[in-house]
Amino acid sequence: MNPLERYAPLVDDREAFFAACERPLPSVVRVNTINATPERAKRALDEEGLGYEDVEWNPQLLRLDERGPGTSWPYFHGWLHGQEEVSALPAIALDPQPGEKVWDSCAAPGSKTTQLSAMMDDTGIVVGNDNNLGRLSALRHNAERLGVTNLAVTKQDGRNFSLKPFGFDAFDRAIVDAPCSCEGTIRKNPDTLDQWTLNHVHSVAAIQKGILSRAIQATRPGGTVVYSTCTFAPEENEAVVDHVLETEDCDVVAFDCPLESVSGVTEWEDETYDDRVEKTHRIYPHLNDTGGFYCAKLEVTA
Amino acid sequence: MSDELKSNVGQQFGRLPATPADREVESRASRKEVIEFFDERFGIEPTVFEAFTFWEKGKGKIWIFADDVPTPIRIEGLGMTVLRTRQEHWKPTHSAVQRFGHHASKNVVDLSAEEAARFARGKDQELPEWDGDWGYLIATHELAGDRVPVGVGLYLYDELRSTVPKGNQESMTVL
Repeated sequence: MNPLERYAPLVDDREAFFAACERPLPSVVRVNTINATPERAKRALDEEGLGYEDVEWNPQLLRLDERGPGTSWPYFHGWLHGQEEVSALPAIALDPQPGEKVWDSCAAPGSKTTQLSAMMDDTGIVVGNDNNLGRLSALRHNAERLGVTNLAVTKQDGRNFSLKPFGFDAFDRAIVDAPCSCEGTIRKNPDTLDQWTLNHVHSVAAIQKGILSRAIQATRPGGTVVYSTCTFAPEENEAVVDHVLETEDCDVVAFDCPLESVSGVTEWEDETYDDRVEKTHRIYPHLNDTGGFYCAKLEVTA
Repeated sequence: MSDELKSNVGQQFGRLPATPADREVESRASRKEVIEFFDERFGIEPTVFEAFTFWEKGKGKIWIFADDVPTPIRIEGLGMTVLRTRQEHWKPTHSAVQRFGHHASKNVVDLSAEEAARFARGKDQELPEWDGDWGYLIATHELAGDRVPVGVGLYLYDELRSTVPKGNQESMTVL
C-alpha cells in the first residue's frame, strides 16, 4: 500500500493531493543577499536569457523556467542557491536578527543555514551542526560558495549538544529541521517511500524529540525555537511538539504562514495531542504546488 | 601557555595575534599582516575587515569569521577560508575574492566575455596585454552592469592561470 494513503483522511482534497505528489517540483532558487540583491540577480539572469518568475510570497525566491541553476553566471558567483520553495519557511518563521546567536541543529547541506546567515546580514553567529561528516562537507562547500562568514560548523549529536567550545550559555534562537521520513519530498525523490516503514517513523520520532528538547534547553528564556520536517506523519510532527510541551519549558506561538497551510492535528489514530498544536502549520503539496512540510514555532518560557 | 596553544594543531582553530610582536605560535601570520596584504596587493581598505576575526587551522590556512569565539576552538569550520600563507607569495582563496574582491582597486584584470568563460572553466590563457604586476591577480568580468570577480588568477610569463577550484569550475555562457 502507498504509505501516503494513511494521510488521505487528513487532507481536504484527496485527488489533488495525490495528483500533486506525482508531479515533479518547480525549480526554485533563493537569491543570496550576502552577495546580491534580487534586482541584481534578475538582471544577470536576463543578460543570460534565462527565464524565471517571481514567487509571490517572497521577493528573494525565483521560479526558473529551466531545471537547475548550476551553470548560470549568477549561480557561479554565489548570488543564487537552489532551494525548494517550502523549505524557505522555517527560517522565515524563526526570524533571526543581525548579531544574534543562532543554533541550527541539523544544518547540512545548508540551504536553511545559509538563509539564516543572509537574514542576519552575515553577522553574529550561526552554529551549524550535523552528525554526518559527508553531509558536513556539503554544508561547508555551500557556505563557502555563498560567501558566508558567520557560520561555525560543529559535528555533534544534536540530542546532547554542548555549547562549551563557544564560551556562552544559550542561543537567542534555534532551528530544528529534523531528520525525518521525508514523505513530503516525494516530488523530488520519487523512490522516497520505497524504504518507508512505521518502525522507522517511530524511531526517527524518538530522535526528533531528543533534538527538539535539547534545542529548547539551549535557548534563552524568551528565545524562539522553530521545529520543521518534510513529512506528513503526525508521529513526527504534532506528537513531537506535544512531547516537548509536556517535558520542557516552552509554549507554541502562532505565526503568519506566508504559504497556504492547514492547522496541526490534535487527534491521530489512538492519540490525542495538546490543543496548542493547532497553532502549528501543515503544508500539503497541492496547496501551493510545493513539497510537503510541517512547521511549528515555539517560545522558551524559562 | 600549554604546548597545544603554542603550536599549530590541525584539528583546531587559533585566533591570529594582533601583530607579529604578539605571536606565540611559530610562523603564524598576524591580523595586521593579513589586512596589510589585502591593502597592499589589492588596495582593499583595512576598514573592510574591521568587524572580522582571523583564524588559522593547520599551517598557513587562514579563515575569516564575522564574530569572535574563545581561542583555540576545536570545531569543524569557523567562517570562510580567506588566505593561504604557507608559500612565500600569499594566495587569497576563491571564496575570499568572490566575497570581498569587489573592494579591490589594483591588481585587478578585466576579462572579456570569452576570457571570463574560459577562466571559469579553470583554463589557463595567454594574456600578453596585461602590463601590471606578476603574481596573484583578481580576475573580473562585466555582469549586470558591474565588474564582478570571477576568481583568483596567477599571472606569469604572459599567461593567466585560473585557480578556480575544481568544485567551482563550470562551463559558462559567453555573455
